[in-house]
This record gives sequence, structure tokens and C-alpha cells, in this order.
Amino acid sequence: MIKVLKPGFFNTIQDKGRFGFASFGVPISGVMDSYSADISNSILNNSLDAAVIEIIFGNCEFQFSCATFICISGGDFSPRINQKSIKLNKKISVSKHDILSFGKINFGARSYLAVLGGLQSEKKLKSRSFYKGITKNFALIKGLEIPIQENSIDVLISNASVKIDDLHFNATDLTCTKGPEFELLNTQQHTLLFESSFSISKDVSRMGYRLNELIENDVPTLLTSSVLPGTVQLTPSGTLIILTRDCQVTGGYPRILQLSEKAINILSQKTAGQKIEFSI
Amino acid sequence: MGNKIKYKPFGDRAILIEWESKICASISDVILEFQQKIGAFENRKIADTIVGYASLTIIYRTRIIDYLKEVAVLKKIDASKNIIGKKSSFTWEIPVCYDLEFGIDLQEISKVTNLEIPEIIKLHSQNPYRVYFIGFLPGFLYLGGLNKQLFFDRKSNPRLNVAQGTVAIGGEQTGIYPSESAGGWNIIGKTPLVFFNIDEDIPCFAKAGDFIKFISIDKEEFFKIKKEVKQGAYQIFKTLTND
Repeated sequence: MIKVLKPGFFNTIQDKGRFGFASFGVPISGVMDSYSADISNSILNNSLDAAVIEIIFGNCEFQFSCATFICISGGDFSPRINQKSIKLNKKISVSKHDILSFGKINFGARSYLAVLGGLQSEKKLKSRSFYKGITKNFALIKGLEIPIQENSIDVLISNASVKIDDLHFNATDLTCTKGPEFELLNTQQHTLLFESSFSISKDVSRMGYRLNELIENDVPTLLTSSVLPGTVQLTPSGTLIILTRDCQVTGGYPRILQLSEKAINILSQKTAGQKIEFSI
Repeated sequence: MGNKIKYKPFGDRAILIEWESKICASISDVILEFQQKIGAFENRKIADTIVGYASLTIIYRTRIIDYLKEVAVLKKIDASKNIIGKKSSFTWEIPVCYDLEFGIDLQEISKVTNLEIPEIIKLHSQNPYRVYFIGFLPGFLYLGGLNKQLFFDRKSNPRLNVAQGTVAIGGEQTGIYPSESAGGWNIIGKTPLVFFNIDEDIPCFAKAGDFIKFISIDKEEFFKIKKEVKQGAYQIFKTLTND
């Protein structure tokens, strides 16, 4: 078991999400930054579908009730085991009763904690990803005990830590393809879209990121149609909303761009106030 | 109708198929049949499909390598015969209590539309509504067929907490909030039924292509049904719609 001693701000268990339930209106969910989550699982030789803890902005604490191996990837929130700093992107041995804590943010917005064999929490609709109304909890709570495979013996001893491309955290360019309603914008609006720098507003969640700068438009809203993680919507008031993993399955605002998977991952490591640009 | 279908890439993992942009049962029938045929076709590349009023989106498990090839596969499925046959469609009777205690915006609607409250209730519960698809929230039914006299603009400031089971009108639509959520629709009543139950094998009893008929009940009956729903003893009344 991993016991949650301090739950943090809005930390969740996530795997690659729920597919096959859109006809019930169930969002896909899953890790926001799949690149970083994949690294943590890969280093432990886990399946890439293994469930991990997605940690936002540190300030949380966990205790292990058995020995295992862990790997932390993504943002650096000063992880420590029993107050001793540990490295990111490296297989780390933990012992029974060890306390893992996250504190000060050095870079990034989301950190991933993978455990050998993956978290064994309850599956709902074929996924362990937390979502309100689907899983019992929608965020980690104090005292929650997360089942893990006990006392796994490590066969792949490795001291190497993986070097991560800094661009994953520093890049501001989000590569996109044209969204279904892209052509409804005029040349001037296209220019504005690709030649401006946009800043992320305070309205940031697993559902989506709202941007501060507006694009004035009179593009009509749609008959409700599908939206996907990475869809950039343009509201009648000019606000751009980049939808992310917990987004609804349908929406009515024009879908002007669609972020690549890589761009969704890069965006997921950013937060309020940071700048981004779109490119095709 | 087949000629009017447009295929568009939607990012690098999805294909959007669009029909003429209107809310219409015959287009919806075509979309649902197409979705059903895709479901029956063994294609491990397809992870999910999303239905809209006039669209169908195919989500792939991984990046689409050859877009035109996948479109050709979809076109072939579209042209194929539906071997399973059309799904049965049901009309579900949904008890709704329009008491002013629940229908907190009824007086406002009455004032603006000049309709007496009993008339609003009658118009709302008169005809069955078609379920076009489920979206917005798990278990939220997009219903078509609201009487024009009941069209009513959304609130300019959404309420932060709208209770589960709330029945409301937003613009030209009516709907039921399947869970507590923020919402800007005008509240006219409440149903004791649960529209999304994660503990059931199929979490939503209603599906796209079904119909919903609202039945006006009083407060006493509301609480009686609510208790039965909680105990798992309530049977929702349904009838077969198609022949």
C-alpha cells in the first residue's frame, strides 16, 4: 500500500484513460503529460498503461507499507525520501515505512509517481483514472490507501538516470493541425492566431486551459459536435480554450485548432501566466 | 443523403464525419446506424466514436498513418449492409416534479413568456423528446423537440451548483442534470431518477435514438419514488417505440 499522508492540491491517479464510453458522455481522462508518465513507467519496465499518481505543484506526502521501486518523472517538485533528496527519471528503491514527500517547485506543473507494477487501485469502466462521479474519489484524500504489488524483487538493476530534453519544459511553441472550423476564420484572424503570443489565464484545470488574449470574431457556434483533448475552441466573446484530458466529449464552440499529442504534453507542464504560441 | 457526407481529419488521431448541419431525426438515424456498423466491424485501430447532432467522430488508438486509407475503410463500412439490424428504441417515462420548490425559474419563465405555470408544465410534458446523443456530463441527454413557446435564453450568470436530477431549459433545448454541476439553464423541476449510475453494467438506461416522456408528479410522489430509487426498487416505465 501507499498511504496518503498529505494529499496536496488536486492530485489524482491516472492511466491512459477510458475509451469506449463516449456514448455515455464519459470523458477520456488519463495522464495530462503522457510523455513524462511514459518515462516513469518505462524506467520501471512497467506497461505504459500502468496507473501512476499525477502530482500538481508538490506539497504532498506518501508512506509506503512495503518495499518497492518507484520512479518520478515530469516536473521537479523536490522529491525526498525520509527528507533525503532523490533524483528524477531514475529507478529508486524504497523500504517499508519510507516517507516520500514533494515540496518546492523547481520546474514544471505536473510530476508523475510510478511504482513497480503500477498502482492497483479500483478500475471503473476499464480505467483507474480518477473522475468525479466515476471513481469513488476524484482527488487524493488524506488517509487513502492505494494498493500496490507488495515487495517486488528487482531484476533489472540500473543506476542510470535518463536525460530529459529541456525543451519539454521550456518550449512555448504548440504544434497543431487545423481544426474542423479553422476555415471559418478570416486571414486577419489566422494571422493573429499564429503571430501572437498567448498567456495562460488563472482558469486552468484538467478539463482545459483558458487563454487571456482575445480574438474578436463573429464565427457562429455549432450544432453540438465532438471535442477532443487538445481541441482549441473559440468562444463568441473571443476567448480561446484549449481542452485537455478531462474535457467533455461534446461541445458547441468552433474548433479552430487541434494540438498534437506532443503539444498537449508540453502544455500540461505549464500553468497560469506562462506564454505559448500556436504553429501549424 | 450519402453524397452529402463530408470527411475531415480532426487532429492526427481522429476523423470527423459531418452531415448537413441540422437537428433532424432522419440524419440522426443514419449516424447511429453508421456508428453501429463501425462497432460491429472488427477494427482494433478504433478506440471510440462520438455522436453529435449531425456528426460522427472516430477516435483511433494511435496516430493515423494514412488518412485516406482510413477514410476508404470507413466509406466501405458505410456502404455495407447492417447485419445486426436497427437497435430497438424505447420511450422512457420520466417522473418530474414541477413544484415551485424545485422549479425555481418557473415564475420568471411565466412572467416573460406570458404562459401560466400549468401551461408551461403541460407544454413541457406533452410530447416525447428524442435522445440525440449523450454528452456534456456523463449521462446528460441531448434532447430534441422542445416546444417553441418554451424557448428561453440561458442565464447570463450560471449557477455554481445545480442539483442532480434538475430539469431545465436552455435556449432551444431541455435537459436533465445527471450530477451536481454548474449550469446556466433555467430550472423548471426535478426528477427523482438517476441518469448515470456507475455501478450498473450499462451506466445510462437511455441511449441515443430512444425517447423521453416527462410525467408530472407531485412532491409526495417525488419523495416516494426517490426512496424507491435509492433502494433499487423503482422500475422505470418504458415502451418499445419502433415496430
